[in-house]
Amino acid sequence: MHISPAVTGDRPLPAPAPPPAPASAARAAFRDSAGAGLGFIPIGLAFGALATQSGLDWWWAGLSAAVAFGGSFEFLLIGLVTATAPLAAIALSAFMVNVRHVFYSLSFPLHRVSGRLGKTYATFALCDEAYALTTGKAARSWSSPRILWVQLLLHLYWAGSAVAGALLGSLIPDGVTGLDFALTAMFTVLALDAVRDLRGDLPTPALALLSALAARLLLPDQLLPAAFALFTAALLARHLATGRRATRA
Amino acid sequence: MPDTRYAIAAVLVAAAVTWGLRALPFAALTPLRASRTVQYLSARMPAGVMVILVVYCLRDLPLPHARALAPLIALAVTIGLHLWRRNALLSILGGTVTHVILASAVFTP
Repeated sequence: MHISPAVTGDRPLPAPAPPPAPASAARAAFRDSAGAGLGFIPIGLAFGALATQSGLDWWWAGLSAAVAFGGSFEFLLIGLVTATAPLAAIALSAFMVNVRHVFYSLSFPLHRVSGRLGKTYATFALCDEAYALTTGKAARSWSSPRILWVQLLLHLYWAGSAVAGALLGSLIPDGVTGLDFALTAMFTVLALDAVRDLRGDLPTPALALLSALAARLLLPDQLLPAAFALFTAALLARHLATGRRATRA
Repeated sequence: MPDTRYAIAAVLVAAAVTWGLRALPFAALTPLRASRTVQYLSARMPAGVMVILVVYCLRDLPLPHARALAPLIALAVTIGLHLWRRNALLSILGGTVTHVILASAVFTP
């Protein structure tokens, strides 16, 4: 059975309809978020279990999931907190790992979210998956409530599964490791769907891969910011080069 | 468990930095949306960002060791399942279960 949000990319976009009632926006958002969102559950369980295995209380996993809400950084935060790293070091790491969100503002449809409260929450809950889902081809017709519901559901899946993982974590036998791969698997799935949306533009993922590998070799401690900067520079150079050869955007 | 107040403060610091990074650029970058270059970038950014995040997740791959095979095989399973069925949940669960089995039982450190 197909529940991946990417599948909706195959369907023709729905005809412009009057703004749907909140209940149907919530139902649509549930379907939209089911694929990538349910991918949160194994990752959230893994995060919660890892937190309690590391000696943190169950409520800490819930607090981090609800308030910091940045999956990949929260895994790092476990290590920083158990090592009682200085708060300034935590702020710097959070900045480095999450600085990628700066780029999200270029394509996240915040202009389609209405109300000050809605916009505030939309930026607060702008996680990688919310960005991936709302910038996909299928999302171009989404209303404000539908975007917000998708974000809220992702937030709830994450916080709920983190608490569940923290409470159930003690049941996992000591020798069982490797749950953290759920995060890698989720980004892999999101990457495959996003590359598919590009319809044959393979140089883009190739440039991203090269940027990431170069950053890994040259600046391993600053992999994410270095890779994003390299990738952006490479895209700009490519844009300039193709623009000069032929002015077809 | 480290000191409770410290553990809470750590989460709040991380949350403040993360939210700032998510919210502030909208004020600075929204005027640029109409630009052709920005449109070019924003159409290609999502795919590239996700590819970079995959590499980031695999950054500590213990390459010369057989242990590196666990994440690599799990990655192949994830990609294979996703190209085959396009079901995000199935691909994530399949890849993760493969990795847990390999890392816990086959390529133990």
